[in-house]
Amino acid sequence: MTAFVIRRLLQALAVLFVTSVIVFAGVYAIGDPLEILLPADATMAEREQVTRSLGLDKPLIVQYGLFLWNALHGDLGTSFVYNQPSISIILQRLPATLELAFSALFLSIIIGIPLGLWSGLRRGTTVDETIMTGSILGFSLPNFWQGMMLIMIFSVYLGWLPSTGRGQTGTIFGVETSFATWDGIRHLILPAVNLSLAKIALVIRLTRAGVQETMPLDFIKFARARGLSSRRIVLVHVLKNILIPIITVIGVEFGSLIAFAVVTETIFSWPGVGKLIIDSIRVLDRPIVVAYILVVVTMFITINLIVDILYSILDPRIRSKAQ
Amino acid sequence: MMELKTAETILEVRDLQTHFFTPQGVVKSVDGVSLTLKRGEILGLVGESGSGKSITGFSILGLVDPPGRNVGGSILFRGEELLNASEERLRSLRGNRIAMIFQDPMMTLNPVLSIKTHMIETVLAHDNVGREEALARSIEALRMVGISQPETRIESYPHEFSGGMRQRVAIAIALLHKPDLIIADEPTTALDVTIQSQILSEVQKLCREFGMGLIWISHDLGVVAGLADRVAVMYAGRIVEQGTVDEVLDSPRHPYTAGLIGSAPAANRRGARLQQIRGAAPHPLNRPEGCAFRTRCDYATDMCLKEPPETAGSRAHRWRCFHPLADAQLETLP
Amino acid sequence: MSALTLRLLGNGMLSTALNGIFASTKATIAFVVCLILVFAAIFAPWLAPQNPYDLMQIDFFDARLPPLSKSMSGMTYWLGTDTQGRDMLSAMLYGLRTSLGVGLLAGFLALAVGSALGLLAAYARGRLDALIMRIVDLMLGFPTILIALLILAILGQGTWKVILALVLVQWAYFARAARGAALVEVNKDYVEAARCLGLGWGRILFSHLLPNCLPPLMVIGTIQIANAIATEATLSFLGIGLPITEPSLGLLISNGYQVLLAGLYWISVFPGLLLLTLVFSINIVGDRLREVFNPRLAA
Repeated sequence: MTAFVIRRLLQALAVLFVTSVIVFAGVYAIGDPLEILLPADATMAEREQVTRSLGLDKPLIVQYGLFLWNALHGDLGTSFVYNQPSISIILQRLPATLELAFSALFLSIIIGIPLGLWSGLRRGTTVDETIMTGSILGFSLPNFWQGMMLIMIFSVYLGWLPSTGRGQTGTIFGVETSFATWDGIRHLILPAVNLSLAKIALVIRLTRAGVQETMPLDFIKFARARGLSSRRIVLVHVLKNILIPIITVIGVEFGSLIAFAVVTETIFSWPGVGKLIIDSIRVLDRPIVVAYILVVVTMFITINLIVDILYSILDPRIRSKAQ
Repeated sequence: MMELKTAETILEVRDLQTHFFTPQGVVKSVDGVSLTLKRGEILGLVGESGSGKSITGFSILGLVDPPGRNVGGSILFRGEELLNASEERLRSLRGNRIAMIFQDPMMTLNPVLSIKTHMIETVLAHDNVGREEALARSIEALRMVGISQPETRIESYPHEFSGGMRQRVAIAIALLHKPDLIIADEPTTALDVTIQSQILSEVQKLCREFGMGLIWISHDLGVVAGLADRVAVMYAGRIVEQGTVDEVLDSPRHPYTAGLIGSAPAANRRGARLQQIRGAAPHPLNRPEGCAFRTRCDYATDMCLKEPPETAGSRAHRWRCFHPLADAQLETLP
Repeated sequence: MSALTLRLLGNGMLSTALNGIFASTKATIAFVVCLILVFAAIFAPWLAPQNPYDLMQIDFFDARLPPLSKSMSGMTYWLGTDTQGRDMLSAMLYGLRTSLGVGLLAGFLALAVGSALGLLAAYARGRLDALIMRIVDLMLGFPTILIALLILAILGQGTWKVILALVLVQWAYFARAARGAALVEVNKDYVEAARCLGLGWGRILFSHLLPNCLPPLMVIGTIQIANAIATEATLSFLGIGLPITEPSLGLLISNGYQVLLAGLYWISVFPGLLLLTLVFSINIVGDRLREVFNPRLAA
């Protein structure tokens, strides 16, 4: 088990290393780092200072070393716009994005799995057809347009929910979150729905496929032969079997939720890391972009690692083999 | 110890027909099967693959899936007609009064659930008892089939057991509610020969002890010979011969039965060529008219173009053949 | 060339695909819709009542008119006008042209590059295979939008940069599919026969292997084209996609976003519906093709 974890850890570190090289190459070797890391109106003195601290007059290898060293110490440059270390700005905004991503994940599970089960068990019927076509619609709807339509319907015409921004936050278990206040939840609903729609469609299809693969298997027939109720068969035998691959996919998809938050946050003016990156790209605040890339990639790799380990824990066959 | 002659008839199957409606045509998997079983009796249902023996077993439990369904006949279990029973009634009987043991326990046990879960849920599906009692009964059942240290072994997962042990677990599960009838579908085919004989003798012992009727489905006449009281031979969806083991094996009347007996390795002398039944079993969609065996039979005539009715020999020995083997012919068989 | 094309179109693949589509009402409708939209895109300059990018034809005073309003010259603005006075219907037709054009181009390029690499990997095996697949796995581990975002952040804006970003994002799917199909084919006799004949590997790859690997590529291609169109629209909406001189539906919707809260719904709703119809129809056809060619695969 430990050997397995260590191996995966090393793999993850390798990917991280490769990414850092790519980012480094993109910023330092291809572009002009002074261009990228300094605002256009920097003085000669500032340029010289940056040149020295980044070692831009030294060979590339040394530069990379300095880059890594700085990165590991949390120094990923200073934002032009905010005049603070970019890493701290990113970390400030991250909780809002995570909150959005978790809500979307939650919605996709509680809506997606039941619908997928229903669809899979009623294969070939109208219900199945409808749900499947609905799922195609779900991932065909352009994310941003769908968000706009949600605002239009629920905010402008019906006036039920606020259109933009994050609501009041409170603290639950020491974590600042929108779930603590009703106002916060009201502001969270539309963006979370918007972000989750494509994921719901994905979960529906995954669950349905899983059900279709599992139902004809022998142990289901044996379960029926023992007189178990259909409810038990579906909820325990089928579900437990398909849950494991579904959880792993969902776990990996969590990373893409964080990425797609970019669109949702832009539309709903949600103060997360996604809106930050779009704004930063627009105003060419490149230190933020660099910091964002590294933070997000690290998160991705960590998520993949955790999901891998989780998978091996959940599937008893792999667990024993690893032991 | 049950007195077989006066025991109650628990199963009476009459002219059972189960057909599969495939895009390529209708497959008559079970085409007029009739058999009976008494309490405590062991019936061996023998036939090659495709003969319909497994489907017969599934039909009794109502577990035939589309595109197959029952199209005729009757199945009386302790006097109750099963063929038009409600799904809920069938569910309450399955695993409870009628249990089934499948061929490959690795496939029939859910790999992500422990043996404990499998057994407790089977108990709770039919008895309203607490979990502790369900657990105790399960452990007892495991002990009965010869699994040592059942209290700890029950926590294991299917893949942690060997093939023979898994089959014992399957038998234990079948015994949890002391059913009246057990249908075992080739349960030892996937196992080692030595394990096979162990399991056979244990099953036989348990059947006698609890007075359970057992239908043992197999393609291996030899296995059935040592285990069963009666045997029924199936070919192309029909029972071509049935009777007590002694009668059928000593004086087979149907040429197919004789062929089966003759082709068993044990029946042949060392070094002599194995006797084979010539030809191959017909494709289920393409069965010959009348007697399905006539294309492979040395004694077939034009009469055989009609379906042979059941002829009765002794009270229990019956066959379907226009040209049953006479005693003289039996001498010539090896 | 013609022999190769015949072989590519042959194998009954096209007829299987079309038969499969027409066997399903849903897919047939979607397919017809796609054809209509492609037709509309190609003939946009003739179909549109107005050329929305010819400044002479736009009347700024006609800006923000709701649907069915009339212009001074008597022309009906069927779907209203946008913030610049452009006829929405015309803008949408031209936008459709751009969106579809970019999507198809990016899709085909990704198909070409990805399949070539995938076939190469399958044929070469060994280290080259491992290297290519490592890169593929790496790329597939990250969400499309993120990679596109980052590439454009580094490269800047421009039509060809967007297409490049889309291709870079999508080639990996094709590579994996092509390799998978090729691995099955590469062991078959005809490949060995071709090798014995002394044919060069390029010839074997493209004339012999490729035609037999096409079905899964066709399935993925359809879905990826829909993806490309949707991703480009998203990027344009975010302001980092196509430049304003080549507005796609995404940009139109983006313009509409700004006035959405003021109640001018038609500027964003109609282009959005058009985009949705396009992507949805392509996806339905793609899903149907998937059922036809890989019946066991789902999702």
